[in-house]
Amino acid sequence: MLPIQPSPRRKAIAAWFQDRLAWDSVREFIAHKTVPVHSGTIWYAFGGITLFLFVIQVVTGILLLVYYRPTPSEAYESVQFIVTRVAFGWLIRSIHIWSANLLILSAFVHMISVAFLHAYRKPRELVWLSGIVLLALALGFGFSGYLLPWNTISFFATKVGTDMATFIPWMGSTVGRYLRGGDAVGGATLTRFFGFHVAVLPALTSLFLLFHLGLVQKFGISTPPWVEKRSRGAGTRPPQMPFFPDFFLHELMVWYGALALLGILAAVFPWELGQKADAFASAPAGIRPEWYFLAPFYTLKLIPGHVAGMEGEVVGLLGFGLLAFWWAALPFWGARPDGTVRSKLVTGGAVAFLAYLSTFSLLGYLR
Amino acid sequence: MPPARRNIVFWIFGGGFIGSLISFLYPVVRFLNPPAVSEASVNEVVGGKGQDLAPNAGKIVKFGTQPVLLIRLGQTEWRAFSAVCTHLSCIVQYDAPRKLIWCACHNGQYDLSGKVIAGPPPAPLKEYAVHLRGEDVVISRS
Repeated sequence: MLPIQPSPRRKAIAAWFQDRLAWDSVREFIAHKTVPVHSGTIWYAFGGITLFLFVIQVVTGILLLVYYRPTPSEAYESVQFIVTRVAFGWLIRSIHIWSANLLILSAFVHMISVAFLHAYRKPRELVWLSGIVLLALALGFGFSGYLLPWNTISFFATKVGTDMATFIPWMGSTVGRYLRGGDAVGGATLTRFFGFHVAVLPALTSLFLLFHLGLVQKFGISTPPWVEKRSRGAGTRPPQMPFFPDFFLHELMVWYGALALLGILAAVFPWELGQKADAFASAPAGIRPEWYFLAPFYTLKLIPGHVAGMEGEVVGLLGFGLLAFWWAALPFWGARPDGTVRSKLVTGGAVAFLAYLSTFSLLGYLR
Repeated sequence: MPPARRNIVFWIFGGGFIGSLISFLYPVVRFLNPPAVSEASVNEVVGGKGQDLAPNAGKIVKFGTQPVLLIRLGQTEWRAFSAVCTHLSCIVQYDAPRKLIWCACHNGQYDLSGKVIAGPPPAPLKEYAVHLRGEDVVISRS
């Protein structure tokens, strides 16, 4: 069968755009882009899933903005209006929250898989670091968005979270005031968090996302060291598949899978709104944060009031800070100066990190 | 241009650029810092009628902008404490079965004099004075 020839009219349109956009270089780039093929190729999909979920967040977030009102007297009522009166409002809100949860899970799996596949090593240190910043921004989205419905659980989660910030040495009280817009969580906090959630964080995320994706395009997708070694031994190049259309179609199928899961979760388990926040009500029994903050939440429960002459909260904050710094610095302690990886150290560290997070999250959920 | 002159130009323009950046950022930083709001000092509040709270029960009362936990222990015995947990600022509650003050956020526990008996709180709860004025329960700074 002869290949389909584009019509002269289509050719003319393509040429018009080619003259103005010079897109043949992009086509050339995509045509030569490849993805390594090995037993862990499936893990490469998680970066794409995270990006896909981010797009869903942007779209559903914009839709929610149409009805949401960020004041203490109207926030809860406006969300109630969205889920009870607006057509498909419950679905849009539910998708927004479930997608946020899946996004953090997917970003986390992506980060852990990058560690186990040793994709952080030279020259990809900045890809790792920008990814860590993006995960921190995703957690920031989760924390700021959590307050917006202005319900009891979100109110206390914000109280605890912003109070933690006040224990940062030297500048804690200033940071706390900046975050809350005053000395206590109130209307000023809500408008600030709304501003962070819909303007500051999206702007920062877009910048870091461009940087992250730009570097991934520049350096290509990393091949694990053991695959490189095996290929070197066999005197061949590591096996690759074309990014377009092979990997792209795989990715598209995974996205549809994620969309289906999201639809099921949002429809079968719509997110509850809870009770309206009351600044003069006791914290309800069984209160706990979202699953991604359970490990620090449970750790804070265990740290006594004073440890070695320091306040327990300061010890907790220092501990979390050091742990985050240690993990973010993985490319610098996980690889030797000659570029080879400290495989056992990294795998052991990642397993210990995962063990802490999963055990403490589980304990935080159960107790 | 000779290197020395080039350096001078570099520092003048570079310094000017950084200086202008600071001058743009300073008002932004100050703008984001919330102004201190002076509030009328409250020295006492009426926490309700005596008969409204049963013995061995507690409730949260507004003391200006601060929550206070008012507890009725017996027919005539009343206590009041700051309801803000000294750990991470959650609002505590009276746990009637265990006769203690409890914070649901991180399981902090205080006895009925406000002292920490279990959990992570680093300091006791501040106590307020309670007295009856006719039928009214009056809470005041002790």
